[in-house]
Amino acid sequence: MALEFDNNLPIYLQIMNYIKREIVTGKLKAGDKIPSVRELAAELQINPNTVQRTFQELEREEVVETRRGLGRYVTSEEAKIMAIKKEMAGDLIQRFITGMQELGFANKDIAAIIAEAVDDKNPPALK
Amino acid sequence: MKEHILHLQGVSKNYAGKKALDQVSLSIGKGKIVGLLGTNGSGKSTLMKIAAGLIPYEGNATVLGKPAGLESKAEVAFMPDRPLTESWMRVYEAIRMQRDFYPDFDENKAGQMLEFMNLRDRDRVSTLSKGMQERLQLTLTLSRRARLYLLDEPIGGVDPVARTRILDAILEFYDEDSSIVISTHLVREIERIFDEVLFLKQGKVVLQDEVEQLRSKHGKSVEDLFKEVFAE
Repeated sequence: MALEFDNNLPIYLQIMNYIKREIVTGKLKAGDKIPSVRELAAELQINPNTVQRTFQELEREEVVETRRGLGRYVTSEEAKIMAIKKEMAGDLIQRFITGMQELGFANKDIAAIIAEAVDDKNPPALK
Repeated sequence: MKEHILHLQGVSKNYAGKKALDQVSLSIGKGKIVGLLGTNGSGKSTLMKIAAGLIPYEGNATVLGKPAGLESKAEVAFMPDRPLTESWMRVYEAIRMQRDFYPDFDENKAGQMLEFMNLRDRDRVSTLSKGMQERLQLTLTLSRRARLYLLDEPIGGVDPVARTRILDAILEFYDEDSSIVISTHLVREIERIFDEVLFLKQGKVVLQDEVEQLRSKHGKSVEDLFKEVFAE
């Protein structure tokens, strides 16, 4: 796994996002086994308790599940994976909208620009 | 109550009238990797030597409830900033010496670690590079079945390749029932393997906290906080 961490932000959040991304993009599939705490800690050169915390949070969000004695697995519920995808899309859109608003665009202009961009598959010429 | 591996209460140490440690209190829990951070001369090595039971001190210091000193020494594996080996030795002789010295030395683990570190039995200690030296010292220390490991500047002065290997080895071979204290001033390279950090400034503890806590509280890396606290 190639992963660049930003030491300014909690590491467990970054690993959570990373694993979610792996799931959404299909690199980790529904029902796949995920590495153990020690494996992932050694691989990412991260404190094992931080990895432990990541897994606990992912379990709480029901993104991964523990099967006793077997290890941790990606949820096998496709609906859950879809929900993660929507959540990540929501984050992206929110960040985009905030950025556009900061540039001074009104909401209806933003919508128009998006519609045009999606339509053309080309970046719109800004008027 | 939470089990403390190391506990210090009002510990002070003077060297020829100069305060090396000034009323230091701290606790280190089980299974933690703790960074002991400070600039040169802040008291890191003194604190480690006290925890290792090697030098006298004022105040209370205990390792698993035993006063730091002769009694507690068996629980502690200390990697000083100077080599544990003699220059005439070969690697296997250094291993043998450590084995004869410490009943808790695990030869199996030492063998695995040597391999992991790319060290060969017949290598002469005096011909090892600085990075290889540090790998050997770490092998000698972590191969003991201790409850507290004290590593004084394990990545000081080594190249990035050796540094990565040393950090990998710590994560690969550490034991969850014990705790590791690592002193360093190279914060950025190593901050991600810590549970907690302790900032030691002029012999005083100026900060002790969990690193993830620090990141969410301040939105800053440990390195940035370190620079702020130690700015001159």
